Amino acid sequence: MSILKLSATELGKKIRDRELTAVEATEAVLRQIREQEPRIHAYVTVDEEGARKRAAQVQAQIEAGTLKGPLAGVPAAVKDNLCTKGLKTTCSSNILYNFVPSYTAEAVANLERAGAVVLGKTNMDEFAMGSTTETSAFGVTKNPWDTERVPGGSSGGSCAAVAAEECFYALGSDTGGSIRQPSSFCGVMGIKPTYGTVSRYGLIAYGSSLDQVGPVGKNVSDCAAVLEAISSYDRKDSTSIPRKDLDFTAALKADVRGMKMGIPRDYLGEGLDGEVREGILRAADVLRSLGARVEEFDLSLTEYGIPAYYVIASAEASSNLSRFDGVKYGLRAEEYEGLHQMYKKSRSEGFGTEVKRRIMLGSFVLSSGYYDAYYLKALRTKALIKQAFDRAFAEYDVILSPAAPTTAPRLGESLKDPLKMYLGDIYTISVNLAGLPAMTVPCGRDSKGLPIGLQLIGDCFREKKIIQAAYAYEQSGEGRI
Amino acid sequence: MSRQYETVIGLEVHVELATKTKIFCGCSTRFGGAPNTHTCPVCTGMPGALPVLNRQVVEYALAVGLAANCRINRYCKFDRKNYFYPDNPQNYQISQLYLPVCRDGWVEIETSAGKKTIGIHEIHMEEDAGKLTHDEWEDCSLVDYNRSGVPLIEIVSEPDMRNGEEVIAYLERLRLMIQYLGASDCKLQEGSMRADVNLSVRPLGSDRMGTRTEMKNLNSFKAIARAIEGERKRQIERIEEGRPVVQETRRWDDNKECSYPMRSKEDAQDYRYFPDPDLTPVVISDEWIDQVRRRQPEMQPEKMARYQEELGIPEYDARILTSTRHMADLFEETAALCGRPKEVSNWLMVEAMRLLKEKEQEPEDMAFSPANLAALIGLVDRGVINRTVAKTVFEEIFSGDVDPERYVEEKGLKMVNDQGAIERVIKQVIAANPRSVEDYRSGKEKAMGFLVGQTMRAMKGKADPAFVNRLVKERLTK
Repeated sequence: MSILKLSATELGKKIRDRELTAVEATEAVLRQIREQEPRIHAYVTVDEEGARKRAAQVQAQIEAGTLKGPLAGVPAAVKDNLCTKGLKTTCSSNILYNFVPSYTAEAVANLERAGAVVLGKTNMDEFAMGSTTETSAFGVTKNPWDTERVPGGSSGGSCAAVAAEECFYALGSDTGGSIRQPSSFCGVMGIKPTYGTVSRYGLIAYGSSLDQVGPVGKNVSDCAAVLEAISSYDRKDSTSIPRKDLDFTAALKADVRGMKMGIPRDYLGEGLDGEVREGILRAADVLRSLGARVEEFDLSLTEYGIPAYYVIASAEASSNLSRFDGVKYGLRAEEYEGLHQMYKKSRSEGFGTEVKRRIMLGSFVLSSGYYDAYYLKALRTKALIKQAFDRAFAEYDVILSPAAPTTAPRLGESLKDPLKMYLGDIYTISVNLAGLPAMTVPCGRDSKGLPIGLQLIGDCFREKKIIQAAYAYEQSGEGRI
Repeated sequence: MSRQYETVIGLEVHVELATKTKIFCGCSTRFGGAPNTHTCPVCTGMPGALPVLNRQVVEYALAVGLAANCRINRYCKFDRKNYFYPDNPQNYQISQLYLPVCRDGWVEIETSAGKKTIGIHEIHMEEDAGKLTHDEWEDCSLVDYNRSGVPLIEIVSEPDMRNGEEVIAYLERLRLMIQYLGASDCKLQEGSMRADVNLSVRPLGSDRMGTRTEMKNLNSFKAIARAIEGERKRQIERIEEGRPVVQETRRWDDNKECSYPMRSKEDAQDYRYFPDPDLTPVVISDEWIDQVRRRQPEMQPEKMARYQEELGIPEYDARILTSTRHMADLFEETAALCGRPKEVSNWLMVEAMRLLKEKEQEPEDMAFSPANLAALIGLVDRGVINRTVAKTVFEEIFSGDVDPERYVEEKGLKMVNDQGAIERVIKQVIAANPRSVEDYRSGKEKAMGFLVGQTMRAMKGKADPAFVNRLVKERLTK
């Protein structure tokens, strides 16, 4: 069997058992990257030299017995909005086309402590704004299942890289569905943890109150192991939460007997593709057959999630992205007269259309006279959505839903109508507003052969419940694609 | 003309807090240092960097708030103030708008007109910006982020002041209070205390506010007084000429003694304030407030009263001794060591003040240890040295913190108490000055002073002048 077919934890075990080395795995995956990249373009930067050096170093540590964990020596990809010291980090934006961070993001540093070999940085929608990876300034990423189609976004590069075996697992970030939706389109798995579980230090912010870093992997065990490795209480991030239940791999039990699961009725109505709907209901039946109690219920407020999200995320983004001004790093316009023009030209040249749209939207909702009507109202909506979930989780252990209304759309289709693209976030967005953990698991394919994704949502700090349910579903083999 | 108008003044005072590290990162707050050496990803606005609040900043804000009789907001938040300028690396300043740490306080001031209460509208915490240098020779601007993220509190008063004297008294009051709390050194010249003056005028007796202007760039108390006078005149002139006062921010030029408009309300920026999502709300518990309250030191008014009542120090002296915390500490520690508060007060009031003036120094610059001043007082008390010698020794203590006992020993400054030795010198002096002896005997009392002086001089001052006086007199009347 090819090394590339192994999952991350399987490869980790073989490296520990001395059946394979980190160097062999790295060479194999670098070869795959060279072969696949012309077709997929999952990476913005591939660090061949760094990966080789790191693989040798990690292998030596494994042999010396100083590095033991399940991910030691396993090559991984990192989304290009996570800072990596000495390695270009662009957010797929022209404004950071040459930016080399002076420090490493805490989530990546945690991975490195676990013995990861970082292969490079994956493509994304510019500053994580988009649902297709088409807003990247450095070219689109294609869906490995059908290269005429988008991989989803914004973590499209990470998900495509996992699907195309260009890495064994990857890190993504999720502000409104950016891990779960592309995982669904690419037929891989991804977790967006409870807000505060993974440090945001070094994650280049889009919507600070919604952003979380999370794993993308080939199976549930890999996702649990990676999440376990990257989660930590970090004093450098004021929103980081100390937790004692970060042993996510302990939840890998194929048992859902007695679990109560709900499907929001409002998620199954208008706008949902028929085949996706069938896929989700089939998955619900499988879980029922495994002993879970699954029923439909009214979550309410679903339609308010999208406007609230775009107000809050854009407001935060308009301020977060103001530091990109051509003064300190990144792109500075070549010709300008005076400070004002330098700002204007650098930012006009540096940011793409979607980013500019959201900066303008965000600036508008925060401007004096509109703050109460938009921003404060959105915050109140956010609180109400959280309450609706609280009520649901008083009844259910897990909420089941589609990860996206459709399977992967064709390249170029979505950006024509941004509003329609925004509506595609309907099932994932409320999870970020409520700070909840959620996961995407493949549940079959549609008639076009494209993967369908099942989303499992848990209550705050209940990652283990969704991991356990996802693991049971995965082990049943019914969702295999 | 000016009698018909009342001036209404409110102040915004920025105070740089004395924390060792910055408000949102671990970088040093030390002044100076090569450009951009006290920096990190957080205070240079690197992508992905996040702020973490320094608790000491809250403690200082609480201490100042409690001393200014404020209500403490048990739940306070930080907001982002968005504006583009290169000294501000994130292009937003983290400040407090919606829920500042302190509200509704007051301080009491005293002017020639008596006592008065000035309201404090709010106190909030925020970060300082970096420093821009415009190099006109090279036609470029350079930015130093060493100061970026240094913690500030902004104390916003109510518009309760009516003239420059009240403003100065208020600022002095704040400065003393904050220095006593150890929250800041409050130096206007160095920028650790900055005041913006909001001023309007209105017809005397009116209860409607006139249109106000905000005056910036005030670097000394004198500049503030001049700016107030200048702005008051300017506004009254406009009103008398029938031209309205424009609400605007003006920059005071203290050399030219006039102000220039910086920006008017029309082109006022929209700062798009919103709660900073990177920082969690600060929850201030009763225990925390109690802790801070228990640690509050004795403040200047109480200290001054105690010096007068318990130590018998005159009011004028007590005021000067308590004019800085450092001076008061020096006084109290020295007095505790030697048990002679009045004696300590004399040294500080006379000799120390004289030397400070001579050296153009501030009371904070006095670096000698209480033990050495106490030892000096002991030497005088025990008659080891006389006062004249003691003054020279004090100068040495003042400038080099020398141990007076050792210094006196090494320089051989001890008084000569050997009567025989003194008499031998007197004998020589009398022999050398027959004229003076003659004068004295013919009734010129003054001549004896001359002879005593000559004797002291011959002994290099190392004798008790009173004793020498007695011996000379004895000799002459023999």
